Amino acid sequence: MSTIVIIDYGMGNLHSIAKALEHVAGKERVIVSGDHEKILAADRVVLPGVGAIRDCMAELGRSGLDTVVKQVAAEKPLLGVCLGMQALLDHSEENQGTDCLGLIPGNVRHFPDSASGNSTSERLKIPHMGWNQVQQQRGQAMWTDIPNDSRFYFVHSYYVETSRAEDVAATTRYGIEFASVLVHENIFAVQFHPEKSQHAGLQLLSNFVHWNGDS
Amino acid sequence: MGLAKRIIPCMDVDAGRVVKGVQFVDIRDAGDPVEIARRYDEEGADELTFLDITASSDQRETMVHVVEQVAGEVFIPLTVGGGIREVEDIQRMLNAGADKVGINTAAVFNPEFVRQAAERFGSQCIVVAIDAKRVNTEGEPSRWEIFTHGGRKPTGIDAVEWARRMVDYGAGEILLTSMDRDGTRDGFDLELTRAISEAVAVPVIASGGVGELEHLAEGVIEGKADAVLAASIFHFGEYTIGEAKQHMANRGIEVRL
Repeated sequence: MSTIVIIDYGMGNLHSIAKALEHVAGKERVIVSGDHEKILAADRVVLPGVGAIRDCMAELGRSGLDTVVKQVAAEKPLLGVCLGMQALLDHSEENQGTDCLGLIPGNVRHFPDSASGNSTSERLKIPHMGWNQVQQQRGQAMWTDIPNDSRFYFVHSYYVETSRAEDVAATTRYGIEFASVLVHENIFAVQFHPEKSQHAGLQLLSNFVHWNGDS
Repeated sequence: MGLAKRIIPCMDVDAGRVVKGVQFVDIRDAGDPVEIARRYDEEGADELTFLDITASSDQRETMVHVVEQVAGEVFIPLTVGGGIREVEDIQRMLNAGADKVGINTAAVFNPEFVRQAAERFGSQCIVVAIDAKRVNTEGEPSRWEIFTHGGRKPTGIDAVEWARRMVDYGAGEILLTSMDRDGTRDGFDLELTRAISEAVAVPVIASGGVGELEHLAEGVIEGKADAVLAASIFHFGEYTIGEAKQHMANRGIEVRL
């Protein structure tokens, strides 16, 4: 039987993403686990995460899951969600600077305080919280049956900045235009929460369940 | 185009049942939180808020089951408030499938609780609920104070200062209720909403007083709210969430349609 493992490394609430994946999975089995062998034996893996990047990296390092995630990324489809996306890059500005897994070239930056959200230059609220539009660029397999510019639910104060334009699968505007979705080899990474993004989010998870890693 | 303003229906839950009368024509059992949540989700609600008003603590588990059931089939953000006093209360609700918790009275008695909660679970899931009441007399500059226990007990704390402090402590969002307007159907206290929204960098949800769709639009346009919360106009079937969004869109507000 095909399995999808959601990596449990003590960062945040895995209930929602597990429920949403179960909702879209057919015969695939959804497992929440921090067990190295189970993760390495899975057909697909999800790296979730909420909270602060320093705690996230510390937990991944302490549990040895950092090495496991790197191995997964080389072998099978991996979905990074929110902080689980940011952890895949080289470095984050959060917590006075934190080194991340370095699986996707690029950095994680704080939203500029002075950025203007609209023409009247009102201050941007941070975190960027709520439903924003996602403009698709690449990674067509993951966008099946999702209209361009669909809204997804975001909650974050940091965003990813990649040096490789070809890794950007979608962009979103919040004061600045940032990469809300990255696609890099076997990795698909989303800044928003597909498990909280109603139809569009469930469709994206369903696409991941059927994704073979080709963008 | 960009971030949409959110519409959040709020349900008061007592011992596992939605109270204050929810009436949908084709819902068999109008007090069932799962059925009502499903309906609001279908209508396009951007988030759902449950306020647990259960008096006895032995009924608290009931709320956990409600959240579990809703989270199993409704895939939009869920906030649970009421009775959140300890880290364990938050853990229990998040495990059940809530995405955020609302902290109200406990924050006033122990502000450090907000800091602990934000450090442990992240600011993104800590909503500080502020019940504010206007205390200036006519002719004086506007001033609002924090009230606890459903607006019955004054604290002497200035609402704007309190909002700033709670954000410093790690609140990721403010749920602001005007006790003067709550239940009146006269519209939000727009001056209060604007004062708080301009004072803090995090999103503010306006609450208290919505009686018609234009009130929702005013909350965003004049009150500068990032989200608007209402209960009775949706519960009694006067308006659907879709109608509310269409009205806001007609007023030039960006919404998720």
